[in-house]
Amino acid sequence: MTNDPRDEIVEHLGSMRAFAMSLTRNSALADDMVQDALEKAWTNIEKFQPGTNMRAWLFTILRNTYYSHHRKRRREVEDKDGDMSAGLAQKPDHDGRLQMRDFSQAFGTLPEEQREALVLVGAGGFSYEEAAETCGVAIGTIKSRVNRGRARLAELMDVSEESPMEVTEVVTQGIVTVNQSIA
Amino acid sequence: MSRLSQSQGVEQEIDKQLKRAYEDIANQELPSRFTELLDRLRSQQSGNATSEPAHDK
Repeated sequence: MTNDPRDEIVEHLGSMRAFAMSLTRNSALADDMVQDALEKAWTNIEKFQPGTNMRAWLFTILRNTYYSHHRKRRREVEDKDGDMSAGLAQKPDHDGRLQMRDFSQAFGTLPEEQREALVLVGAGGFSYEEAAETCGVAIGTIKSRVNRGRARLAELMDVSEESPMEVTEVVTQGIVTVNQSIA
Repeated sequence: MSRLSQSQGVEQEIDKQLKRAYEDIANQELPSRFTELLDRLRSQQSGNATSEPAHDK
């Protein structure tokens, strides 16, 4: 048995990749973010307090890495008129609903803060408290983001009890598909 | 069916799909770049540990 907390970092790398992909929607960029976060965590391990939540600590580093990178990129390619964002908005097809194949677009149209809240709470198994700590916001803010994200996805996908979503590979693709405006 | 229960069902369905996608990625084998990086970090760590006594001088 070892007491080196670095050993625990390795256990969270898979989850970090999943979280990074949901943020970046670009697998290469996601792995760059995870690699950067891994190096930061490794070399700053003395800042981790043993007994606290290692996963939340790592996700916070990863999230900060992503937003730091993202801010830099946004300054380089500023979307002044929101043209890119508008281009992402998925038009409903002839019957007024998005199809399951469009999960990618639906997920991609959510604001980043809703995507990360949804992924942390809805997929990653974070409690609202852990997610709030990771994102540096109040618990109520996380709850609100999760609710709004779910509601928007449901609206876009037009899912209901009568027309549940189908489990397809496309869903997975939806989380990781390249989103050029973000990457 | 009440609107509330329908809404809960939709939420569960969305979360189920998100979780599935998340776990698919999280359970993937780590790309070699990470195992190589871990090897390098461990190597640096052990290198630092052995060189630290030099500061005692």
